[in-house]
Amino acid sequence: MERDRVFEFLIEKPTRDSLVDISHGNILYLEDITVSFDGFKALNALTLYVEVGELRCIIGPNGAGKTTMMDVITGKTRPDYGTAFYGQRIDLLRLSEPEIASLGIGRKFQKPTVFNNHTVFENLELAMAADKRVRATLTSKMSGEQRDTLDETLEMIGLVDKVHSLAGTLSHGQKQWLEIGMLIMQNPLVLLVDEPVAGMTKQEMDTTAELLTSLAGERSVIVVEHDMEFVRSIARRVTVLHEGSVLAEGTMDAVQNDPKVIEVYLGS
Amino acid sequence: MLMSRILEDKGGRWMLAILSVAVVWVPIANLLIASDSLLHVPTYTVSLLGKYLCFALLALALDLVWGYCGILCLGHGAFFALGGYAMGMYLMRQIGDRGVYGHPELPDFMVFLNWESLPWYWYGFDMFWFAMIMVVFVPGLLAFVFGWLAFRSRVSGVYLSIMTQALTYALMLAFFRNEMGFGGNNGLTDFKEIIGFNLQSDVTRVVLFSISAIMLGLGYIVCRYIVTSKLGRVVTAVRDAQSRTRFIGYRVEHYQIWIFTVSAMLAGIAGALYVPQVGIINPGEFQPLNSIELVVWVAIGGRGTLYGAALGAGLVNYAKTTMTAAFPEVWLFALGALFVLVTLALPKGIVGLWQRFKPAPKSHE
Repeated sequence: MERDRVFEFLIEKPTRDSLVDISHGNILYLEDITVSFDGFKALNALTLYVEVGELRCIIGPNGAGKTTMMDVITGKTRPDYGTAFYGQRIDLLRLSEPEIASLGIGRKFQKPTVFNNHTVFENLELAMAADKRVRATLTSKMSGEQRDTLDETLEMIGLVDKVHSLAGTLSHGQKQWLEIGMLIMQNPLVLLVDEPVAGMTKQEMDTTAELLTSLAGERSVIVVEHDMEFVRSIARRVTVLHEGSVLAEGTMDAVQNDPKVIEVYLGS
Repeated sequence: MLMSRILEDKGGRWMLAILSVAVVWVPIANLLIASDSLLHVPTYTVSLLGKYLCFALLALALDLVWGYCGILCLGHGAFFALGGYAMGMYLMRQIGDRGVYGHPELPDFMVFLNWESLPWYWYGFDMFWFAMIMVVFVPGLLAFVFGWLAFRSRVSGVYLSIMTQALTYALMLAFFRNEMGFGGNNGLTDFKEIIGFNLQSDVTRVVLFSISAIMLGLGYIVCRYIVTSKLGRVVTAVRDAQSRTRFIGYRVEHYQIWIFTVSAMLAGIAGALYVPQVGIINPGEFQPLNSIELVVWVAIGGRGTLYGAALGAGLVNYAKTTMTAAFPEVWLFALGALFVLVTLALPKGIVGLWQRFKPAPKSHE
């Protein structure tokens, strides 16, 4: 036993916010990440930093490694090389998927996956940040505070009048919002959003853009998206991935005028 | 609040009401009404109904894992049989020196095999409370270990079904062996009494029936409490979108193991109530066919409703009793046909058919 840990039981259990050390202004540090599948390098020495409260868009052609990058951050895929830190101290490569989720990294998948046989209310309730162990859920009751958070989230995602509808009956766009709502309920510090506007109408896209912009600030939001117009409408900083590493980074204008980017997108 | 949550389901309320009436009426009709009256319920019928109630409790247990958690277990009969064996061992020890060979401690089959002393795992079964703990502990432990191995490695779907089938088959082969010390293919039988009450008497039979009915009611309430809690919603989320549930921070395998273990314990209780009413337990109860029939009961009744599973168990077994008496060779064909028919025409079972004729239930909080 380590000498400084003798009285550990006297020390309060560390809360999530004290574990995630963001004193240097960055919340995610990915360095030299390399992932290969049967010799094909999905990520090739990818290095990426994400600031606290930032709204970052990640674009890139198919196969650039956008989804693999998210898989690495959420613990689904383990890289061959490289380091991934969450705050200064938490090594993401040593944690399991649920552990990463409970430390505050939430992910929205490309295809909307909500619980179709549960109501909108129940979907949000399930996602809510709470003790998620078996015994606690058996007897759990929603506190007033949690109820308020749930109502606020409902308002944010614009599904107040659908609260008791089954999620399976929602439209495609509404499911996407519900899923974002479920992310918010987990009270994450980082939101990973994979193609949020695929298959949305123009109007739905605008609402989504508003929603995502309002989420950044308190939380860091990373959006992977193909739709350039949408990216332009929300992005402050854009990272272009190509063949598993960062090709360019900067404002949308700077990136779009970058000759390397033009070559990748138009030249090939 | 809690009561309204549990009793919200109309079908379940009906089931509890019918059970309550049965608990009161069957003893009266059997013991107090003269046997030449039309209202008299013969003891044979009481035991038959008691058997159906045990099957209903078993079906309820399967519905909890299959209907709500999506685990199609094709070996639930094994947990039922293990609970039954634990009860059977107690009943064997109760015989004492009244067996054919009159040995004060060893059951007849051990004397027959020239065994000198009682195997260690028979110790304690002369005490009722110990046997009752084993009734839930042994199936629960097996389910826990099996679930821990299977669910942690993320085995699911048809692979899990095949493994559970293999589990019950392996247990059947093991229990058939005389060396196992559970009576080989004859199993355990010739029971005399249970906590001092003669098993052949009408009063004991009626009491066993009533206990079965009460346990079925309690089992329903426990299952209903589980499925209407947040845990129940997590479990159905696991059924519908397992990886999604994992990503929002639930340890899916813990939920699966928990629900599987609880269900196995319920199945064990059903088995323990079954054995004194039929008077025998043998390795035939481990047959894979039994477990498959059980799945058919739940499918026919309507899975994911609890009371539907109980209803299915009752109806199919009633049909089995009447048909095997009238045309024994037709029964298996009829069961097969019924299963195909229900799968094709009534995916939600009989309960689904009933629900189709009334307006959709309003959603709730």
